[in-house]
Amino acid sequence: MHISSLFKPKRLSFWESLNAWIFVSPWILGFILFTGGPILASLVISFTNWDIVNPPQWAGLGNYETMLGDPLFFQSLKVTTLYALVAVPLQIVVGLFIALLLNTKIRLIGLYRTLFYLPAVLPIVSVAVMWRWILSRDWGLINWFLSLFGVYGPGWLSEPEWALPALILMSLWGVGAGMLIYLAGLQGIPTDFYEAAKVDGAGRWASFRYVTLPMISPVILFQLVVGLIAAFQVFAQPFIMTQGGPQNSTLFYLLHLFRNAFEFFRMGYASALSWVLFMYIAILTLLIFRFSAAWVFYEGEIRNE
Amino acid sequence: MVAIAQRPAFDKRRTKAREIDWVKVLAHIILISGSIVFLMPFVYVVSTSLKTAGDVYTFPPEFIPDPVQWANYPDALTAMPFDVFFFNTIFLALGRIIGLTLSCSLAGFAFAKLRWKGRNTLFFIVLLTLMIPVEVTLIPRYILFSKLGWVGSFAPLLVPGFFAENAFFVFLFRQFFMTMGQDLIDAARIDGCSFVGLFRRIIVPNAKPVFAVVAIYIIQNNWNSFLLPMIYLTDRSKYTLALGLRLFNEQYYSQTHLLMAASVFVILPIVILFFFMQRYFIQGVVFTGSKG
Repeated sequence: MHISSLFKPKRLSFWESLNAWIFVSPWILGFILFTGGPILASLVISFTNWDIVNPPQWAGLGNYETMLGDPLFFQSLKVTTLYALVAVPLQIVVGLFIALLLNTKIRLIGLYRTLFYLPAVLPIVSVAVMWRWILSRDWGLINWFLSLFGVYGPGWLSEPEWALPALILMSLWGVGAGMLIYLAGLQGIPTDFYEAAKVDGAGRWASFRYVTLPMISPVILFQLVVGLIAAFQVFAQPFIMTQGGPQNSTLFYLLHLFRNAFEFFRMGYASALSWVLFMYIAILTLLIFRFSAAWVFYEGEIRNE
Repeated sequence: MVAIAQRPAFDKRRTKAREIDWVKVLAHIILISGSIVFLMPFVYVVSTSLKTAGDVYTFPPEFIPDPVQWANYPDALTAMPFDVFFFNTIFLALGRIIGLTLSCSLAGFAFAKLRWKGRNTLFFIVLLTLMIPVEVTLIPRYILFSKLGWVGSFAPLLVPGFFAENAFFVFLFRQFFMTMGQDLIDAARIDGCSFVGLFRRIIVPNAKPVFAVVAIYIIQNNWNSFLLPMIYLTDRSKYTLALGLRLFNEQYYSQTHLLMAASVFVILPIVILFFFMQRYFIQGVVFTGSKG
C-alpha cells in the first residue's frame, strides 16, 4: 500500500496526465515522423514510380508485378531465407552449448565469458574487412587450419557454393551476445528443480532434457525471432566482402533493396520490396509463435498431456 | 536450510568422493579450444597488421611477424584522415547520447511512474515498433530528409535521436524505473515537488546504471552503424570510422598489412571500452534477452 493511495483521489489527476503527455511527446512526434508515418508512406510510395528528382507517377500494382518477374528478387529472398534457416539455429545451438559449459560452476568463467563475448561487440565493417582476409583462399587463416588436416580449402568468397556458408561460419564468431542471454537464463533456473530431478533419479541428460530445456525455451523462442529479424537486415557483410556475388550467391535481401533504392533510384520498387519483406517477416514470426506453443514452456503453466 | 537448498546439484558429487569430474574436465577442454578458436582471428589480424608487405603472403602463415613493422599503423592512419573519421564518430555518439537518453528516459518515466489515460495503448505501440525491420522506414525517411535538404549533413542521424527513435531504450528505461520504490516518489510529491523536479532529483540520480547501459549501447551502435551513415554522409569530411574503413578497404584492397592495421585501429576503442565497461555491456545484453 502506497502513501499516495491514502492521500490521492482515485480519479486521474489532470496535472499528472498533462505532464505525462508532455514527457512522451518527443516519442509521439518521433513515432509519427520517423516510424508510423514512414511505414504508411512506404506503402503509398510502393504504388508509384519515383526517382525523387521528378514527381512520382502512379503505377498501381506495377511494382509488385515487376517483382514477380525479377529473378534477383527471388534470388535475394532465397539467399536470405537460407541464411536465416541455417545461421539462426546454428547460432542458437552454439550459443546455448557454450552457455551450458559455462554454467557448470566452472573456474575462470569471467575470462571465458569475456573472450566469447568480445567479437560480438566489434563493429561489423571491421569484422567484414578482417574476415575477408581470414577467408582468403591462398593466405587465409581458415584454409591454413584446414591444411593441417590435409584439406585443400576452397576459395570461400570466390566460389558461389562456398560464399554463403562462409558468411554463416563468420556469423558464429558473434554468438557471444546470445551466449550471455542463455547464461543469464540458465542461472535463473532454481537449483531446487535440479535437486528434485535428482531425487527422482534423473541423470545429467535427463535433467537437461526435462529441466533445463523447458525452462530456457522462452529465451530460445525470443532469440529465434530476434535472429530471424536480424538475418533479414544483414547488409554490411555481403556489401563489403562479396558485393552480393559470386553469381549473386550472397545477394542478401537488404543489399538488393539498397541497390534499387540508392543506386538505381527506383524508390517505388524498393518500397514495394520493403513491404513484401515486412509481410514476410510478420508471417514467419506469427508461424513461429503459432508452433512455439508445442515446445515453449512458461513457468506456472500446467500441461495436460 | 537455505544454504543447502542453494547448493547446486553437481557439487554433491565432489563432497561424496574426491573422484575426478570428467564432465568438468571435458568442459574445460572444450572451452579452452573454443577460446583459442575465438581468439585466432584477432591473433591473425594483429600479426598481419605488423608485417611487411612481402611477409603477408606466406604459406603457412607466420603468426609472429619478423621483422615487426610498427610503421604500418602510422602509414595506414595517415593515408586517409582517420583522425577526422574518429572525431566525427565521437561527435555523432555524443549527440545521440544526449538526444536519446533525454527523450527516451522522459518517455520511460511517464510510462513507468505517472498515471494517465492512453498509457497502456501507447506503450503497446512502443513494444510493436521493436519488431519493425529497418528496411520499412528506410526509403520514406531518406525522401523526407532529402526534401529537407539534410542529406550530406549529420542531421538525419542526430535529429531522430531527440525524438526517442529507439523504442528499445524507452522500454529499458521504463523497466528500470518500474523497479524503483514508490515511497520516495510519493514523499517528494507530498513535499510539493513538481514532476520535472521529481524526474531530475529523484529518478535520474537513482538510475545511473541504466543511463550507463544505454550510453554504452549508443556508443557501440554508433561505432557499428554503417547503412544509415553511408546513405546520409555523402562528403568524406563527414565520414565515420566505419565509412572510412570501407573506403580504405576499396582503395587499399591489395595492401593487406595496411588494411589490417586500419581495422585494428577501428576496433581498438570499442575493445578498450569493453574491457573497462564490461559490466554495462553485459547488463544491457542480459536485459535484452529477458524481455521476451
